[in-house]
Amino acid sequence: MPKKSFRQAVNEALRQEMERDPSVVVMGEDIAGGMGAPGEDDAWGGPLGVTKGLLAQFGRGRVLDTPISESAFIGAAAGAAATGLRPVADLMFVDFMGVCFDQIFNQAAKFRYMFGGKAKTPMVIRTMYGAGFRAASQHSQCLYPVFTHIPGLKVAIPSSPYEAKGLMIQAIRDDDPVIFFEHKAMYDDEEEVPDEAYTIPFGEANFLREGEDVTIVAIGRMVKFAREAADQLAREKIDCTVLDPRTTSPLDIGSILESVRETGRLVVVDEANPRCNMATDISAQAAEQAFDALKAPIRMVSPPHVPVPFSPALEDEFIPSVEKIGAAVRSVMAAPARRAA
Amino acid sequence: MKNAAPLELHVPEPPARPGEVPDFGWLKIPPAGSVARPDIATPPNEMRGHAYTLIRVLDEQGAASGPWDPKLDAETLRRGLRTMMLTRAYDERMFRAQRQGKTSFYMRCTGEEAIGVAQAMALDDRDMVFPTYRLQGLLIARGWPLIEMMNQVFSNTRDRLKGRQMPVLYASKEARFFSIAGNLATHLPEAVGWAMASAIKHDDRIAASWIGEGSTAEGDFHHALTFASVYRVPVVLNIVNNQYAISTFQRIAGGEESTFAARALGYGLPALRVDGNDFLAVYAATRWAADRARTNVGPTVIELVTYRASAHSTSDDPSKYRSAEEPGRWPLGDPIARLSGHLARLGEWSEERQARLASELDSEVLAIQREAESYGTLASGPHHRPATMFEDVFKEMPWHLRRQREEMGS
Repeated sequence: MPKKSFRQAVNEALRQEMERDPSVVVMGEDIAGGMGAPGEDDAWGGPLGVTKGLLAQFGRGRVLDTPISESAFIGAAAGAAATGLRPVADLMFVDFMGVCFDQIFNQAAKFRYMFGGKAKTPMVIRTMYGAGFRAASQHSQCLYPVFTHIPGLKVAIPSSPYEAKGLMIQAIRDDDPVIFFEHKAMYDDEEEVPDEAYTIPFGEANFLREGEDVTIVAIGRMVKFAREAADQLAREKIDCTVLDPRTTSPLDIGSILESVRETGRLVVVDEANPRCNMATDISAQAAEQAFDALKAPIRMVSPPHVPVPFSPALEDEFIPSVEKIGAAVRSVMAAPARRAA
Repeated sequence: MKNAAPLELHVPEPPARPGEVPDFGWLKIPPAGSVARPDIATPPNEMRGHAYTLIRVLDEQGAASGPWDPKLDAETLRRGLRTMMLTRAYDERMFRAQRQGKTSFYMRCTGEEAIGVAQAMALDDRDMVFPTYRLQGLLIARGWPLIEMMNQVFSNTRDRLKGRQMPVLYASKEARFFSIAGNLATHLPEAVGWAMASAIKHDDRIAASWIGEGSTAEGDFHHALTFASVYRVPVVLNIVNNQYAISTFQRIAGGEESTFAARALGYGLPALRVDGNDFLAVYAATRWAADRARTNVGPTVIELVTYRASAHSTSDDPSKYRSAEEPGRWPLGDPIARLSGHLARLGEWSEERQARLASELDSEVLAIQREAESYGTLASGPHHRPATMFEDVFKEMPWHLRRQREEMGS
């Protein structure tokens, strides 16, 4: 199977869905590259080159550079989706969603409900998230917990190129609004990705490895870190399950609980700020529904509750690391076993 | 009724693509000195034409004429020239420093120097400015030390923003220069609010803000104009139309059917559209707007028509989306060359003095750069300590951050 980057995987998913379905259009700032050039029409292809090549293949009617107005292009995507078009809008940095909160939370998320089930909003919002890009606090947040909080929105957070392609195709074919999170530090990650189109269903967690000692649930880029930590821990004879929920809405809590019941220990790794993030949500559900199975307190690995600093020396300390995940796992292993009631 | 033909979506086309001959024929340039200068008390609806024309003082030969000529003395003109040249020298050094890995990101304002510099000189140093990026000329003209700017760009131990902000997103309370935001247009309503507060407190200071033509599509721009109009806020709102929002040319921003200055008219605000590469015109228009704000007449919108001669940032390669010849064909020329030509024409400047000054300024900037590097660069450090990231989230550090800082072991 050919190796492809995360960037190529998303690009391929967009291209294949645009080929298959003429109702798929993409829109956003700088995604076509403004002036363009003949032959190399979409010289820019988005801020990090994900949409490169789409303009040349599909033309200006389906690959739209928009004015800098998140409210307008997210709102327009929602309006166009209500006609049955399948817009993929590029919100660039998720930090910018502050501008178009209203369109996402009060409109797109609620059309189906407020129309008494008679409307659908098959739109996708692609957006970049995460720290490590030396982009400071206004371009580095995670924010997926905020979207997960809103009924009516689906939230996909792919952890690898393979996941990205399958989840993107699923997102485009989905009849509900989907917020699709791409970590900016992952675009050059490579792995084997099939050439043909395939989907990964929402709400089905992926078990990357299975072990009997500790369940590690990780989100997005943290899945890679968790896997690395688990490999190191295996050498210390600590045997971890690594579980990637893939989507936080819907969340496959069933698989998480099932695994926690097997291992009795849970570590949740989340790059989002620690208050009201996915780690607190998953931990609360596990505590509520699998308390009897827990042999040790749940541990959460998240960054400090501060804005993301610019300076690499500070930012590198901010991001949860393989070492911090390893330490959390060792600490739950060291906790005195709780007697079964 | 059925449509005669199927509906079609209009997508603005660029006048020329890379490989084609650049064409600025669409830019109508009236002769220097030909646009009337209304009294500052003129009702906005009696000067609507100023939103569609181009106020110019300097002609192609370097002569100044017309009612907008601010008649500045030679000393002031030389100060303006020197500050623009210092800004360019600083930009070139910092651009090279980025290429050498001493910082991760830089944005030059090449070709747009008249805007920051002339406007800072036309405003009072006590007035508050709310800039977007590419307005380093404002800070430099206000005498803010280059060393402080470099420390920020290198994110070193002397960086007063403590390694928290991206390079070039400066802030200086002392220079009355508001924090430049990484997101767009947010500072316009804030500038309006600052100026409202100044009026509420019966202060004598006004505010000024700058936004790119691309960002006028953001709601915040329109919200700011609404408030400015309703409360007759003492503020000057500038639109820097440098033709590009990264790769996207200004027609995509809404420049095809109207001017950006004309946005003001619907809000009942007066608008001046100005040759942004003409130091004298920029100075005079800013002075007009500042006088209007300072005398309780109300706010003004100024569109400064200019050209982004360099890349958007060090992460951008403009040859991909515009012709390499295009910068050379920009019909409004270069602001430094134009002011220098004007001074020479007055007998107050020469090519030799120009060359000598350029070399002096470069040495001056280089010496300051060496000092800044002695405090650290992004590549080599030293940097602020990681424990500092917990400071300033709140006025007092709450217990949960204190605990997280301890857990970090610092």
